[in-house]
Amino acid sequence: MAKTITNYFDELRGTRVWRSVFRSGTGSSTLHRALAVQQNVFLHLFSTKVRTRMLSFSATWYLGTLTFGTFLILVATGIPLMFYYHPSVPQAYADTKDLQFVVSSGLFLRNLHRWSAHAMVFLVFAHMFKVFYRGAYRAPREFNWVIGVVLLLITLFLSYTGYLLPWDQLAFWAITVGSNIASAVPVMGDKIHFLMLGGNMVNANALLRFYVLHCMILPLVAILFVAVHFWRIRKDGGLYTHQSEPRTLAAQAVSTAGKGGQ
Amino acid sequence: MPEEKKITPAEPGKDKDKDKDKEFDRRAFFVKMGLGSLSIAAVGTTAFSYQFLSPNVLYEPSPVVNAGKPENYAVDSVTLDVNSGIYLIRAQEGFFSLSAVCTHLGCMTAWKPELGIIACPCHGSKFYVFEANKVPGAKIEGPAPRPLPWLDVSLSDEGDLMVDRSKQVEPMTFKKV
Repeated sequence: MAKTITNYFDELRGTRVWRSVFRSGTGSSTLHRALAVQQNVFLHLFSTKVRTRMLSFSATWYLGTLTFGTFLILVATGIPLMFYYHPSVPQAYADTKDLQFVVSSGLFLRNLHRWSAHAMVFLVFAHMFKVFYRGAYRAPREFNWVIGVVLLLITLFLSYTGYLLPWDQLAFWAITVGSNIASAVPVMGDKIHFLMLGGNMVNANALLRFYVLHCMILPLVAILFVAVHFWRIRKDGGLYTHQSEPRTLAAQAVSTAGKGGQ
Repeated sequence: MPEEKKITPAEPGKDKDKDKDKEFDRRAFFVKMGLGSLSIAAVGTTAFSYQFLSPNVLYEPSPVVNAGKPENYAVDSVTLDVNSGIYLIRAQEGFFSLSAVCTHLGCMTAWKPELGIIACPCHGSKFYVFEANKVPGAKIEGPAPRPLPWLDVSLSDEGDLMVDRSKQVEPMTFKKV
């Protein structure tokens, strides 16, 4: 039975349509499997080969992948929430309540969005600490660390802008306090405060601005930086192992040179 | 690149003067033109974006608040209007108004009659109201960087107390009615 299914799949992979979509060709040789990664627009960001040890849980605790997973959940739950939410002062709070009590599965989607948001902030920090304490931020990975810091800030801004959208007392005062912190910036603080809120107080303009930032601008910027972040892992020599530390590499070079090359 | 071709390794010194004459060739001209117009466009885009994002008309509530008739307020009373964020206080010397918005991070403060002070629920700033030898609105403790500002109080033609939130006045400016 299993063999028949495999045969059907092999047959399918041999069809002209399949081969026009997946151009790496059929076969399970190392070359074909490498091509399957390299010639896929999504997978080509990653290395075609990974050390088996780096796929174990202890190497990374999967924190980066889990963070990306929560991001995907947030996109997948956030878009359906947009179908019922109007970013306007009279409607925002009522729509939030409707999502909880009236819309089918609305409560599930909203809670999943909320909890994933909390999880994402937690996982981003956990990922950062793991990278820091392993020393994986060191050369040649410094630039990817910087990209990571940008992604941390984007995550926090996403969290902050999303906080206003329920338009309840908690949201209003949190954004009032938060935007007043922004006005503590020297010289241009009040200008930043005014531009951020689109006025002098948390009002309709602020709600709309935060909505556009939360649903369009910040996610797009996040996707862009996530792509660079993943791609740089490959460019910087794959996931960090202790063997790829400069000191270890130098020691290896010395020992192989002593043996007269490999 | 034509410029690079001119500098031949055999005689590097000889062609230098020639290069200077030819420095402003057609390609360099167009590169400079292109970069120049791009920079002008970038500056313009920044300026227009800033203007676009700054609203010219705001639909925010009027800063002038009608606080009603003076006789509605007892002497030595503190009345908080949460919607407009002001205190209307009637002291022995007359009426005055304090902003109820904390000078720290903009939370709404609250009048604590049992303590006779104004306190902010967010980060614990406290302000005097009826303390002898203390200016009402002055800070007792907490992170607030400034005292609560005194707001302009006037009487309308109908005899209503009007508070202008956009106009701050010197402390100890009482409105006698």
